[in-house]
Amino acid sequence: MSEVQLILLFIVAAITGMASVLDEAQFHRPIIACTLTGMVLGDTTTGVILGGTLEMMALGWMNVGAAMAPDAALASVVSAILVIVGHQSIGAGIALAVPLAAAGQVLTIFVRTITVFFQHLADKYADEGNTRGIELCHLAGLILQALRVALPAVAIAMVAGTDTVNNALNSIPEVITRGLQVAGGFIVVVGYAMVINLMNAQKLMVYFFLGFLIAVFTDVNLIGFGAIGAICAYFHIKDMQKDIAIQEAAMTGGGGGGGADDDIDDSDLM
Amino acid sequence: MEEKKVTKNDLFWTFIRSNFLLGSFNFERMQSIGFCVSMIPILKRIYKGDELKAALKRHLEFFNTQPFVAAAIMGIIGAMEEKRANGADISPATLSGVKVGLIGPLAGVGDPIFWGTIRPVLAALGAGIALTGSLIGPLIFFVAFNAIRLATHWYGVQYGYSKGTQLVENIGGNEMHFLTEGASVLGLLVMGALVAKWTSVNMPLVISEYDNAMGEHVVTTLQTIFDSLMPSIVPLLMTFACMKLLKAGMNPLLVIIGLFALGIIGYAIGLFA
Repeated sequence: MSEVQLILLFIVAAITGMASVLDEAQFHRPIIACTLTGMVLGDTTTGVILGGTLEMMALGWMNVGAAMAPDAALASVVSAILVIVGHQSIGAGIALAVPLAAAGQVLTIFVRTITVFFQHLADKYADEGNTRGIELCHLAGLILQALRVALPAVAIAMVAGTDTVNNALNSIPEVITRGLQVAGGFIVVVGYAMVINLMNAQKLMVYFFLGFLIAVFTDVNLIGFGAIGAICAYFHIKDMQKDIAIQEAAMTGGGGGGGADDDIDDSDLM
Repeated sequence: MEEKKVTKNDLFWTFIRSNFLLGSFNFERMQSIGFCVSMIPILKRIYKGDELKAALKRHLEFFNTQPFVAAAIMGIIGAMEEKRANGADISPATLSGVKVGLIGPLAGVGDPIFWGTIRPVLAALGAGIALTGSLIGPLIFFVAFNAIRLATHWYGVQYGYSKGTQLVENIGGNEMHFLTEGASVLGLLVMGALVAKWTSVNMPLVISEYDNAMGEHVVTTLQTIFDSLMPSIVPLLMTFACMKLLKAGMNPLLVIIGLFALGIIGYAIGLFA
């Protein structure tokens, strides 16, 4: 691998590391991170395909509340390096991505813990009215997140493809790699469970089952589900408005349920 | 006294900085530095000296919400700080109260819409195309998601600032409640679909084998039984098990490691393939 490639790889990995904590532009998602890594390493097509495959597996990896998703950034960049430079199969890349995501999560937990130090430094700068100081504390946290992906990625890129690494990868028993691939098929449920718990509404679970049943017995795609979901949400809100109108009508004692319905202004909805 | 006024330029820089809200996320006060840094253009415009120090301090308080909807909170707090700088009777306690009060409800709307619906839908769309090796897949996901995201940030800051405290009164009202439940309905329906379609479990464990009357060899595996009863029932049960474990306070990382172990052991004993 050329020096230019190593430098570009460092930059791409740093961007994905920053994106993984920011969760804004989504450079850390496999579909983007693997594509960019593939471009740098001179095999965009493999990067795109690996990215698409990993993305399907990672659809449910999301940061909600204080909980953290498995780390897509390190998993995507490093598995793309091992597949492209180390000539591993896409299947091996997927199997490797899973433990890498767990390792990346440990690293980000570590960084998020040491960033507490910058939090206290920021307090000190606030006392001094030093806005630039607070901005630098913010930047420092972000840079640590960039390095926690960029450094391991470059280190692995320098040894990937060598006999030692290939032998090490090939010496992993098949039961482990195939087992991880199998787990990759259902590891997403943790993410789904986190989001469902967050919405935490027993009475709304009927919509979850509706989505499940439609998916099992039809060929509707996800855009279709978005549309069906929006329509269900519309009727659900209508229903809530009706209930409230009836309650209010009952409280004032006057009017009927039917009359109250007409007072609802749909334009208030959105 | 001259009236202190936040400029369009200040709001623009708050919008830019809001894109880096989580940069220094830490386990003590989470997005607090990011929030403070996003507010700096506004705070520097309206406060000087000790007042600025106090304002910086109060925006280094705990903050954590869905990052895109946070922009609206920045706009609202900006409008309130501006009023306070001009002598309105808004105490620091009120400001904190509004901020903390908005975190939960806005995350309640933002999480199901952005993480639960828009991102998985666009990512699955993009990934489907990417599997063919086409660059259009990643591009569609990236462009569409970021267009929606940037619009949310931009209008969040602008709308939050222009409506200011007016919006806060609505948060406790019915509309916010409608929006949260509506977002949850949408999110849950999509989650149901994702559990069914975007998971893969194959259980090739052979239950029975025989040659039928036509002389064909018929193999019944665990998977064919599940498929004839209710396909995807296994991922559904796994989802429920994870929900239970997470509710009981188990660390998500531990749940994930547990599923790895299940995959490896399951493959080893021939339950999964």
